[in-house]
Amino acid sequence: MNPTDLSVAALSGATVLYAIAMVAYAIRLARVADDKVAAKAVAREAVAVGGGAQAPAVQAVLAPSAGARAAKAAGIARSTTLVGALLHAVGLAARGIDAGHVPWSNMYEYTISGSFFAVLVFLIVQRKRDIAYLGAGVTGFATVSLGLALTVLYKDVDTLPPALQSYWLVIHVSIATLVTGIFAVSFIATSLQLMRDYREQGELLVEGGPVRQAWRRWHNTLVRRYRRTRWLEAVPPAANLEALSFRLNAVGFVLWTFTVMAGAIWAEHAWGRYWGWDPKEVWSFVIWVLYAAYLHARTTQGWAGRRSAWLAIAGFTALIMNFTVVNLFFQGLHTYAGS
Amino acid sequence: MARLKLDNYVIADAPRLGPRGWLRWIWRQVTSMRVALILLLLLALASIPGSVLPQWPQDAAATRAFIDDNPFWGPFLDATGFLDVFGSAWFTAIYVLLFASLIGCIAPRALHHYRELRRPIAATPRSLARYAPVSEDSSLAVDDALAAARAELRPRPGRLGALTGYRVRLDRREGGEVALAAETGAVRELGNLVFHTALVLVLLAVAYGTLFTYRGQAIVVEGRSFTNAVVAYDTFSSGALFDPSDLDPFTLRLDSLDASFSDTGRPLHFQANVTFTEPGEDPVQTDISVNHPLESGDAKIYLQGNGYAPVITVRDSAGEIAFSGPVVFLAQDAAYTSTGVIKVPDVTTGEQLGFKATLYPSFVEGPFAVGSVHPDPANPVIEMLAYTGDLGLDAGVPQNVYRLDESQLSPVQDEDGQPVTLRLALGETVELPDGLGSVTFEELPRYGAFDLRADPSLPYLLVAAILTLAGLATSLFASRRKVWVVARSEGGTTVVTGAAYAPAHDAGVAGVLERALAAASGREPSPGVEEREQS
Ligand code: HEM
Repeated sequence: MNPTDLSVAALSGATVLYAIAMVAYAIRLARVADDKVAAKAVAREAVAVGGGAQAPAVQAVLAPSAGARAAKAAGIARSTTLVGALLHAVGLAARGIDAGHVPWSNMYEYTISGSFFAVLVFLIVQRKRDIAYLGAGVTGFATVSLGLALTVLYKDVDTLPPALQSYWLVIHVSIATLVTGIFAVSFIATSLQLMRDYREQGELLVEGGPVRQAWRRWHNTLVRRYRRTRWLEAVPPAANLEALSFRLNAVGFVLWTFTVMAGAIWAEHAWGRYWGWDPKEVWSFVIWVLYAAYLHARTTQGWAGRRSAWLAIAGFTALIMNFTVVNLFFQGLHTYAGS
Repeated sequence: MARLKLDNYVIADAPRLGPRGWLRWIWRQVTSMRVALILLLLLALASIPGSVLPQWPQDAAATRAFIDDNPFWGPFLDATGFLDVFGSAWFTAIYVLLFASLIGCIAPRALHHYRELRRPIAATPRSLARYAPVSEDSSLAVDDALAAARAELRPRPGRLGALTGYRVRLDRREGGEVALAAETGAVRELGNLVFHTALVLVLLAVAYGTLFTYRGQAIVVEGRSFTNAVVAYDTFSSGALFDPSDLDPFTLRLDSLDASFSDTGRPLHFQANVTFTEPGEDPVQTDISVNHPLESGDAKIYLQGNGYAPVITVRDSAGEIAFSGPVVFLAQDAAYTSTGVIKVPDVTTGEQLGFKATLYPSFVEGPFAVGSVHPDPANPVIEMLAYTGDLGLDAGVPQNVYRLDESQLSPVQDEDGQPVTLRLALGETVELPDGLGSVTFEELPRYGAFDLRADPSLPYLLVAAILTLAGLATSLFASRRKVWVVARSEGGTTVVTGAAYAPAHDAGVAGVLERALAAASGREPSPGVEEREQS
């Protein structure tokens, strides 16, 4: 098998495995949620009967059989993700060998590398703390990215244009791609945080002027909606999710700062100016400012929690914009992406 | 926005210690944070049009065309600064306010931080109940237990130890209780201050660079030279404080320009082989390629583009050479289909001549169209339209060398009244109709487009950037923790109680507490005490 076919075959295999993992992680979420709801119900009953002290015992009886189903799904999910990541790595390496340069020089390659980093970050964090609840989101993201890459974005290998023949391609773009992976995982955590947050919140009284009213209605809709979302039981409380996404965002932000600086140094080497407000540079700046705003908001009264989470979401949206809309529709010096 | 008052930050208002001063300080802190936050959001929002609309500094031609195509919105957006966002008054206002707020924020905080470092840390709270305390029996005496815990938490050796390690404090309380308080986090605050200060330095470095920078563009044809002087550049721009006599009068000769392409016409490598001569020194042969500028003193010389400059000779009706030399053609597509203009004012008799020409490096002729299939000169052909009349060169208005002013010219026509398209392969000569003369396509050298740029701020900018990054990493990754261990004697047994406090994201504090408690109890710390978040 030649490297081109090997790469495509391995990446296709990874896509399928991630899809299976996503389903397994979703089943696990549902099972864990079922167990928790059941355990709560039993505990309530026990309290109602007057045997408060009995509750833990009842729970212990209930847990093993019910927990086993969740554990089985989690096992399948974990192993398919792991094998998927291995195939993904093989696909990337084969692509790199085939092209004769690092596999992140056009949109197809960024996509296959960025989704790999997202899975890798997930697996690394997973080793230290149990974040299986993020699994469905992360493998889902990887499935969609790889699927799009292989079908829509696919490009045969090609030589590097002169402007990209630089070790800065290795430094600047690899870190940028890694950051995309980190922010993708934290984005999923932040989304869950917001859902949990609305679930934990009470509805607001609808009063005030029209804008206020509309905003409160919107808030209440979300509260009602996520109260009904049963699988959110399997996800930690909003405060824990905020702590997790903050750690990822902090790492991501430092690396993004580095990416922007490295990009400026490279631009100085290649184009003779370190900053020229090229569309790609504008968006890199916007992303940086949005995440800086997020970091400030976390420590600002009235902004901590839900509002700062929305800023993190805005930051990731800008990151995705920079990767899609800006690459495809805006003219600038950074126009290698499509080629 | 009543809060947006700069006098909120005046240093003289920095906190007096004492509860009221503290409250005022916290209040200021909070309000100014909110202002900073809003300004940051405005900055992000204000940048976006700069990537969506054409911008004067980035692409003047596209901006001009945009204004012409949109008779209402074009001039409106231009007048309101949307076509030069990053130079507009409103964008400037946002970042100037942001930096004013930033400086107003750093100064009092730096002062506060300095005082804080010199004060002893707060005593252990009376009751640790809020911090989920853990108690256990210790095999050590009360004082030994705390000495052991203290040793575990002591500042790390070295000068930075006081900053990066724990600061500790022992209090003896009634009932023979001894309380140890330990705190770390000063380096985090320091990192934060370094980071914010470095941002100001970045801005200062950029401003300094803007005043002293200069850049020029020059096109040099193979075999020709260029001497560094303001007049020699095709375009030249500089900062307000740049002095033209700073230019080092070197000469740069383009010996050859290597351009290699793949079979499919993708560029592989561009390299200018040059002879570089500093005044009073021996010529040096070197090369310039993309990503590898040539350094000369403060300045760097970049290879920014390349193309073909066909050598054309035009003879007039008298058979005299009226024009001969390389003409720079600009590539229009990836296959280097290039266009150029030849102006021949100095004819012996009759009207001036002008030509609009297209070069096809690898010419092919299909049934409906002609074109170039590859950027290499496999079969170079020039097609041109000839004009006679007045080139308009005497009007005193500087003319674009890449455009022919057709207002006083008329195309040369054949007997049927159709404009004549002349076609020349390399080395060929064609006669113009009506005995107007002849045109010869002599040679096909390449040219290199060079950018010379100097920016004396770059070293400072690099230092400021490194400080920014280092400060940021420290402020985000250094931990801010408090650990308390209280020991007392209960009926002859020493009981130690420990508790810790850290922000929610800092799970590692549990391990520190465990080690301190283990030391105080005289046992081995249990491994793997790390908070595992829920399953
Ligand atoms: C140029 C504008 C600014 C940028 C890009 C910026 C960026 C940042 C970043 C990235 C952080 C996170 C680092 C950390 O948490 O330690 C931060 C934290 C902080 N910034 Fe700024 N900042 C700016 C302006 C300001 C201003 C004007 C203030 C004053 C109100 C301010 C006050 C703070 C404070 C107090 C923190 C620490 C938050 C904490 O972690 O407790 N910043 N800033």
